[in-house]
Amino acid sequence: MHGMINRAIQGFVTDTYGPERWARMACAAGLGFTDFEAMLVYDVALTPRILNAVCGDLEKPGDEVLEDIGTYLVSHPNAEAVRRLLRFGGVDFVEFLHSLDDLPDRARLAVPNLDLPELELHERAPDRFSLTLRWSLDGFGHVMMGALRTLADDYGALVLLDHQDTEDGREMIDITLIETGFAEGRDFDLGARAG
Amino acid sequence: MTGGAAQGCAGPDMAAWRGILDRLCPMHVLLDARGYIIHAGPTLRKLRPGAPLAGGRFLDRFDLRRPRAVMSMADLMAASGVKLHLRFRDPPATGLKGVLMPLPGGQGAIVNLSFGISILDAVRDYRLTSGDFAATDLAIEMLYLVEAKSAAMEASRLLNQRLQGARIAAEEQAFTDTLTGLKNRRAMDHVLGRVIATQMPFAVMHVDLDFFKAVNDRLGHAAGDHVLQEVARIMIDATRRGKDTVARTGGDEFVILFEGLTDRAALDRVAGRIIGELEKPIRFDGHVCRVSASCGTALSSDYERPVAARIMADADTALYASKWRGRACHTFFSPDLPLPSPPSPQG
Repeated sequence: MHGMINRAIQGFVTDTYGPERWARMACAAGLGFTDFEAMLVYDVALTPRILNAVCGDLEKPGDEVLEDIGTYLVSHPNAEAVRRLLRFGGVDFVEFLHSLDDLPDRARLAVPNLDLPELELHERAPDRFSLTLRWSLDGFGHVMMGALRTLADDYGALVLLDHQDTEDGREMIDITLIETGFAEGRDFDLGARAG
Repeated sequence: MTGGAAQGCAGPDMAAWRGILDRLCPMHVLLDARGYIIHAGPTLRKLRPGAPLAGGRFLDRFDLRRPRAVMSMADLMAASGVKLHLRFRDPPATGLKGVLMPLPGGQGAIVNLSFGISILDAVRDYRLTSGDFAATDLAIEMLYLVEAKSAAMEASRLLNQRLQGARIAAEEQAFTDTLTGLKNRRAMDHVLGRVIATQMPFAVMHVDLDFFKAVNDRLGHAAGDHVLQEVARIMIDATRRGKDTVARTGGDEFVILFEGLTDRAALDRVAGRIIGELEKPIRFDGHVCRVSASCGTALSSDYERPVAARIMADADTALYASKWRGRACHTFFSPDLPLPSPPSPQG
């Protein structure tokens, strides 16, 4: 598993609950080290192990923790680069949704060995979409739920999201767009690069 | 006749054509036959909100860098189809590239412009948004890529920095005896090799503790470790900091490399000081530890071409001679010394 994924989990815990809490989880998961390196590749089995330790320590169900991670990734100042790179996908929320099909390819342009979930958007009606996901790691749909909910806010759109597991081992998110111009949203300045 | 027909065609449809061009090429300018700007695309207008481009002479607003010596509309028309390099004459002097194509019927020309490599500055200077670029323009993808690559490079840079730090720490450890903080055998081999290569005179002194095994046996390893740390301190104090190299090469064996020193009397004094200091009782945990040391030295000046292994072996021979002489003394190597033949009597 690419270190960026593990590093994101570490960032979420450290920035939300503090480094001591993370150190405890790293120990509980038996990592043998505390810090993940974003640019190194780790054994695939490490990611579920550390996620288990995080859920255990926070005493929260996995779905909830994953959704919190998704929210963190697109809203915390320390993860501003992720939000900005996603916002490059489109000028409004619908255009952004359509850009999700290209997300793994876009990510690979920057980091060639970064393997992200395969995403497929289907437009059911002008205000109804469904996003299917397939990945080596179960539950990524919940990360996407958190990210989509927060990015909708970011774009000033009002959406309803519904997550379900499909029979063929994929996850699906139903997206209902209630209003595109619901709120002001956050500014996206093309020229302001995330530090 | 045909010219008139074209004109008749262009006239009423001009507004429609402008609308199309504004969308397809938001950075185009329309020039009349004299080289004056009739119209500028919306993104270009956004770049000069206080100084409208329309109405001005194209070559007065833009500085054509390549091709050079373009002074008139006729020169410009001659450069049609060629890649133009230009920039604004007024600040910010954003660099642009473009291409000019004449309109049919000698009615002027269209110049389509683009930022080229200045896109990063331009986006910042003019606060451009996605809507300022044509839908087919790769500018947004380019900005995305620059930002994504910078983030990835930054992550790599930080990783390299940490790896470099870890490497230095590991190297430092690998050259250092962790118990005493002295150099280790690897470090000594390294320094000796370097000194020999520079053809500088030097002396190698082997120091072997006497009665150390007894301390270890009687008071335990903690006492032994404490004695070794005291011994290290004594040797460091007796030698010249930054010039001499003190290494722990075995359990209770040490090697001192004296750079630039082959004076027998001076070396004898150093050995005497080390032995004298070592023989003072060392206290540990309410007990008194007593050790001594035997020393043997080989001088580079005794060899035509010093070889590390040879000189180390000879210093060892001198050390064993000291042990034979009853310990707690110092011997210089000479070829007539007996070779060390373990085991020594009552080691």
